[in-house]
Amino acid sequence: MKMPYFLLLLVGLPLGAAIAEVATPLAADPVMEERLKALGQDLRCLVCQNQSLADSNAPLAEDLRQVIREQFRLGKNDDQVRGFLVERYGDFVLYKPPLKGSTLPLWLGPFALLALGLGVLVVLLRKRGHKQPLAPTPDAKAQERARKLLDQDP
Amino acid sequence: MIPELGHFALILALLLALVQAVFPMYGAARGDATLMSLARPAAYGSLVLIASAFLAQAYAFASNDFSVLNVASHSNSKLPLEYRLAATWGSHEGSLLLWTLMLSGWMAAVARFSRHLPLAMVARVLSVMGMVAIGFLLFMLVTSNPFERLLPAAPEGRDLNPLLQDPGMVFHPPMLYMGYVGFSVAFAFALAALLGGRLDATWARWSRPWTTLAWCFLTAGIALGSVWAYYELGWGGWWFWDPVENASFMPWLAGTALIHSLAVTEKRGAFRSWTVLLAIIAFSLSLLGTFLVRSGVLTSVHAFATDPARGVFILAFLAVVIGGSLALYASRAGAVGLGGSFAPVSREALLLGNNVLLVVALAAVLLGTLYPLFIDALGLGKLSVGPPYFEAVFYPLMAPVIFLMGLGPMARWKQSSALELWRQTRLSLGVAVFGAMVVPWLMGRWSPLVASGLLLAFWVIATSLSGLFDRLARGAPSGFLGRLKQQPLSWWGMQLGHMGVAVFIIGVALVKAYEVEKDLRMAPGDTTSIGAYQFRLVDLREGRGPNFKSVIGRMEVWEGERLQAVLRPEKRNYDSSGMPMTEAAIQRSLSRDLYVSLGDPIGEHAWGVRIYVKPFVNWIWGGCVIMALGGLLAIFDRRYRLRAKAANAAATTTIAPEARV
Repeated sequence: MKMPYFLLLLVGLPLGAAIAEVATPLAADPVMEERLKALGQDLRCLVCQNQSLADSNAPLAEDLRQVIREQFRLGKNDDQVRGFLVERYGDFVLYKPPLKGSTLPLWLGPFALLALGLGVLVVLLRKRGHKQPLAPTPDAKAQERARKLLDQDP
Repeated sequence: MIPELGHFALILALLLALVQAVFPMYGAARGDATLMSLARPAAYGSLVLIASAFLAQAYAFASNDFSVLNVASHSNSKLPLEYRLAATWGSHEGSLLLWTLMLSGWMAAVARFSRHLPLAMVARVLSVMGMVAIGFLLFMLVTSNPFERLLPAAPEGRDLNPLLQDPGMVFHPPMLYMGYVGFSVAFAFALAALLGGRLDATWARWSRPWTTLAWCFLTAGIALGSVWAYYELGWGGWWFWDPVENASFMPWLAGTALIHSLAVTEKRGAFRSWTVLLAIIAFSLSLLGTFLVRSGVLTSVHAFATDPARGVFILAFLAVVIGGSLALYASRAGAVGLGGSFAPVSREALLLGNNVLLVVALAAVLLGTLYPLFIDALGLGKLSVGPPYFEAVFYPLMAPVIFLMGLGPMARWKQSSALELWRQTRLSLGVAVFGAMVVPWLMGRWSPLVASGLLLAFWVIATSLSGLFDRLARGAPSGFLGRLKQQPLSWWGMQLGHMGVAVFIIGVALVKAYEVEKDLRMAPGDTTSIGAYQFRLVDLREGRGPNFKSVIGRMEVWEGERLQAVLRPEKRNYDSSGMPMTEAAIQRSLSRDLYVSLGDPIGEHAWGVRIYVKPFVNWIWGGCVIMALGGLLAIFDRRYRLRAKAANAAATTTIAPEARV
């Protein structure tokens, strides 16, 4: 700690506090906490309005985090913990809905739409190309005008 | 008395809106100039009446009139004046009043700045906007009257949600609503064009500056909301894919597609029916956004209103607006015609591709936002759709959009060639790949995610700069300065807007990859270090605000021998609600934010403290500001200020020769 001593006098702290201590992590086991955080980002705090388990300060979220820590200590991996939570609270607890019958439209919808959109686009471009052949070489005057228009394009 | 006057003004405004909706439209159909010219004075009158109502409401808040129900439930005599005024739009009723005020503002602006438009067009546009106004005024008067009395008066108000007692909440809703409501102008122009059967480049030119302006407001409004969430919610995130955020993001995506599609319609006469459809979609999504937030359908941070009667009204209103406009579209769009032709490789085709991708991305957001509601309504259980879903679906859809964004401005209109594009952009591609390889490595850790984000951002910057160089190094007027002056403002606007997107992406990628977070137990005197920074909690003190008690920490941040910042994170306890609020302390800079928030006390002296170092986080909002400025620049292009005949003539020559090939 490179704090100048006089500053400590200025802030008027009792001398005991001036002996700087390195702050301890809030959690007992920082490695496990990292794991909990990563997992908790994708879990819903069940009593919050819309907040992940990792971010929430609600007492119930802390209880649930405690439950997960227990599970970790039992040697369960992330998937097993997720499974355990889903068993207790249902899919609602997962921010990433599992792929199954009722979520098929959710997961496939965007990509089906993309395929559809691109398909229509390709067909449209081809049709336009056939139906309206591009103009043969325009005369010099038209070309000049086109060039001017292009120059002012955004 | 004053609240009654406000109420009366709303009723008069409803009657005037009826006049504005019916007579000018009828006049336009009959060619009756007298009836058509009713539209402008009606629009001005609406503004006067609704502004009076709004002022009456603001006065009730400012003077602590707790005999008005809305004031009694959303304000408090201890609330500082600026928040009492902001509370005017902090509630469901008040936000509707704000919505309607903005609508009347946009109507008056259209009336004032459309002197060069044909009278029939103006009449139809204002009539459509009048219909929207009828819906909102009726909604307010029937289900959500902001002037409803509470008799006998409450001795004290219930207070504004502490989350909203913040400067961010003073500015965020008006900005956002300016954007939402602004799309009503694009919508009205589209419907007017459909009704009048005049769907050509002129219409696009008239509608374009309005649409861009609305888009600028929406961009700024969303960014403000994001900044607010970042510092006010205390956990350092800037976007949560919360349904309410999505509700504002969807009109933005539609609006972004719309301003690009309008560009093609104006320049080349193509995509006309697609542009009209996008205008309808953008405004429908704005209404849906209002509905989602205000009906209580969603349970999230922003949804304060919970009253199904209102939900049913808005649902019916939505059905009428969307159903009606789509029916009109279906009956008229067939007659619109295709417009100018273009080859599969051309600027039109690239823009169309981008439009398709944007709309699919928008559909994905819509699906993710509404899916849990459907599943719930169908009794299939409860489901959460959160950030992991949106990240998995949205990002892959946006990546090609950004790629095309670099390519589009390079391509020629009508016909371009892949080979030419490759020649024009290969250097940019090389620069972008190199940057994406090297920069993450310089930042200390290379990961494919951050590299791909940076690749896209550098690609956009490189192609923009190379386009800039092309324009300034070659071309008709000789001399660098001459060419600099010759570039139209709208072109500069596009460059700036695209640059804003790149800046935004850089911020997103870097903060996601390199932010550091620590959750600590700290007593006065305790220190911790993150990277080159030493954080030291000096002390904690009790504080007192106008309507809350607080504990304020003092945290010094040292970098070596230099004191970088003294941060004062605060934990507040509001008197009236007893709700604890975390006020994070942030020192901002271009390259990083130092962010400290207080958690809960642990034992007698120590507190839980959360510290973040967030590199480049301000680039996220900086990028949004640059985007919005780009839009503003484009609006001031001189071609929009050309007078009636000139504008008409120019627009017709723009499309006429090529369009009929």
